Amino acid sequence: MATLLEAPRRRAVIVERVEGERAFRRRLLEMGLQPGTEVAVIRVAPLGDPLQLEVRGTRWSIRRAEAAQIFVRSA
Amino acid sequence: MSAPARWIALAGNPNTGKTTLFNALTGLRGKVSNYPGVTVDRRSGPLRGATTALTLVDIPGTYSLVARSAEEQLAIEQLLGRGADGQPPAAVVICADATQLARSLYLLLQCQELGLPCVVALTMSDAAGAAAPAPAALAEALGCEVVPVVARLGQGLPALVAAIERAAAMTPTPRWRWTPSPTLRAALDAVIAARPDGWPETEAAALWALQSVAEGDELVGVPASVRAAVAAALADDAAGRAVDDEATAGRWRWLDRVIGPLATAAPSASRTERVDRILLHRLGGLLAFVGVMFVMFMSLFAWADPAIGLVEEIFGRLGGALRDVMPPGVLADFLVDGVVAGVGSVIVFLPQLLLLFLLLGLLEDCGYLARVAYLMDRVMRTMNLHGRAFVPMLSGFACAVPAVAATRTMERRRDRILTMMVVPLMTCSARLPVYTLLIAALIPASATTQSLLMVGMYAFSTATALIAAWVLSRALPPLRAKRLPFVIELPPYRWPRLPDVLRMMWQKSSMFLREAGTVILACTVALWALLYFPRELPAGAPDFPALVAAAPTDEARADLEHAEAALRLEHSYGGQLGHAIEPAIEPLGFDWKIGIGIIGAFAAREVFVATMGVVYGVGGDIDEDDPSLRTRLAEERSADGSRAYTPLVALSLMIFFALACQCMSTLAVVRRETGGYRWPLFLFTYMTVLAYVVSLAVFQVGRLLGFG
Repeated sequence: MATLLEAPRRRAVIVERVEGERAFRRRLLEMGLQPGTEVAVIRVAPLGDPLQLEVRGTRWSIRRAEAAQIFVRSA
Repeated sequence: MSAPARWIALAGNPNTGKTTLFNALTGLRGKVSNYPGVTVDRRSGPLRGATTALTLVDIPGTYSLVARSAEEQLAIEQLLGRGADGQPPAAVVICADATQLARSLYLLLQCQELGLPCVVALTMSDAAGAAAPAPAALAEALGCEVVPVVARLGQGLPALVAAIERAAAMTPTPRWRWTPSPTLRAALDAVIAARPDGWPETEAAALWALQSVAEGDELVGVPASVRAAVAAALADDAAGRAVDDEATAGRWRWLDRVIGPLATAAPSASRTERVDRILLHRLGGLLAFVGVMFVMFMSLFAWADPAIGLVEEIFGRLGGALRDVMPPGVLADFLVDGVVAGVGSVIVFLPQLLLLFLLLGLLEDCGYLARVAYLMDRVMRTMNLHGRAFVPMLSGFACAVPAVAATRTMERRRDRILTMMVVPLMTCSARLPVYTLLIAALIPASATTQSLLMVGMYAFSTATALIAAWVLSRALPPLRAKRLPFVIELPPYRWPRLPDVLRMMWQKSSMFLREAGTVILACTVALWALLYFPRELPAGAPDFPALVAAAPTDEARADLEHAEAALRLEHSYGGQLGHAIEPAIEPLGFDWKIGIGIIGAFAAREVFVATMGVVYGVGGDIDEDDPSLRTRLAEERSADGSRAYTPLVALSLMIFFALACQCMSTLAVVRRETGGYRWPLFLFTYMTVLAYVVSLAVFQVGRLLGFG
């Protein structure tokens, strides 16, 4: 199982589980990044960090360190 | 005591058109104030078209009611009736984006768990087009009325108001879409059992506590017994995570199952993606960012200038006209130099403030401001600053006052305060006349070297501000950088809605005038009095009125008047203070004359030039390019006949001005934005100490090395 950091760009993957600090993780869960949800890394910011994600039709930005806490499998 | 007025909460995710809806529902009578204790805008206004008197209160944009900070806590406090309005709302309007339906309704589920009667205002249904969910089916699934609205066109508003009134007449009944597990059930019961009187008895409130209360949270007013019950119920972090998993999964399962089929596919984000491909591109994105920031900077720095000049001109003439019609004396001086000049010194901030709020409003509304944080996070976070702090810091090059006001675009108090603490270090435009005067008068060098020195002052101030942010965020517990969740939405690009932006611009600016303006005015008058009284000239002073009357030429009369003004200033309380602090500032290379200049500059740094003009008897109506003052400064001799102001003194003084918080307006606006005297006092103290120490080091080391 890989993390979102290793996921290919612009390709949907499926969330397996979300780790990380409690408040951060709860925010992602509340936004609908639930296990089983599709997520795609759209691009990386010009300076290398953060990442831009698409979840349920919404675009979010999270940092690399946090993307490394989101475990995914290929769709 | 009269019963508190019934009120309606307007809640919703950010970027769902909530502000437009609020404006449409309250018309022109909505007003902005602050929530007590925290600086979060509180918008409220009477609900237009309602048959009973109802106040609509805009709950700050939120994705969820669970909170970690005092700001996030506002929403739940309001909805529980523990907030500013004293009782729970009669009903909640959930502003739901039709293109983001499930996420918008997550908040609705939380409100329904609390038992609040709800109405869904379905916005963006025009953007959702054919994919727009059918209101009737949605209403049946949600168990509350659903009204599609297009707020800017006024469509659906009467139906929405009628639905609100029907909801407000209902009895609150909690409604849950998921069933807590036995473990969670026991934890909820334990929290409810431990709650003191006055804390809500509902399961939803207990769940809120289980999810929000944790070690190191920044919540206020949570009873100790509730905290203890939460700590007892959740043995470790894993238990807390399990609660989060269960609650979020329970709601999302319902949303996916019931709402998913109704909310046909989300519209393609192709337009936003096309724009993002350019604006977030590795190279193009950075270039576009530099371009946007350049426009922002130029507008504050250069384009606001004519308006600032006009304000100064108007108040100058107003003062002149007033002086013409009034008998000379203390009253005329007070009104002209104290009151009129003081009001002028407040109004003079308006051009920059209006421009900054306009630009920020446009950037926020079109969706770019969120991208500023995305683009700049990598750089800003090395200094523990929020990505959005970039805009206030850049604005600080023009003026710290609008820059401090612009920190409101950051949600977290810690991010805002840290930014406020370093923004006043940026080289603001008020420092430029001081630098220009000192460089031109005292530093014998080619024009190129002088220009380089000016550039050097900019680099110095930027470096100091960034280092200060890093140091303060490590040294001060309230500003310490915790591992903050950095999860921001990058909303779809949209054309900004100018009426909303303009209204917000005006509301924020007028709030500045009301709250910070009064303090600035009071300080201006106090400072004027300090440099004006006492009126008696010292014994042995020349009889100026007689001499002026006998003066043979206009020039001689002007010289005499300037000499009188200089003598009066020296003997004013402020002048005496300048003498008194001379021993303290002597090691920095300053004499009492500069001491008076520094005191006077507290009104605004550029006033230093005019004060020095009066001190040196060349009059106060001069600017930094005036040759007479430059000559006087260059020719000034110490008691031993050496030059009083060497290039080293000039450098020391410039560094003092770069670092010291010589600006009461900045302090006034920081007081307003932080809601107390603690932070402005800290700001003033740390900057003054820093200025003193660095100027001292520069002057003393410079002397040891044989300069000056």
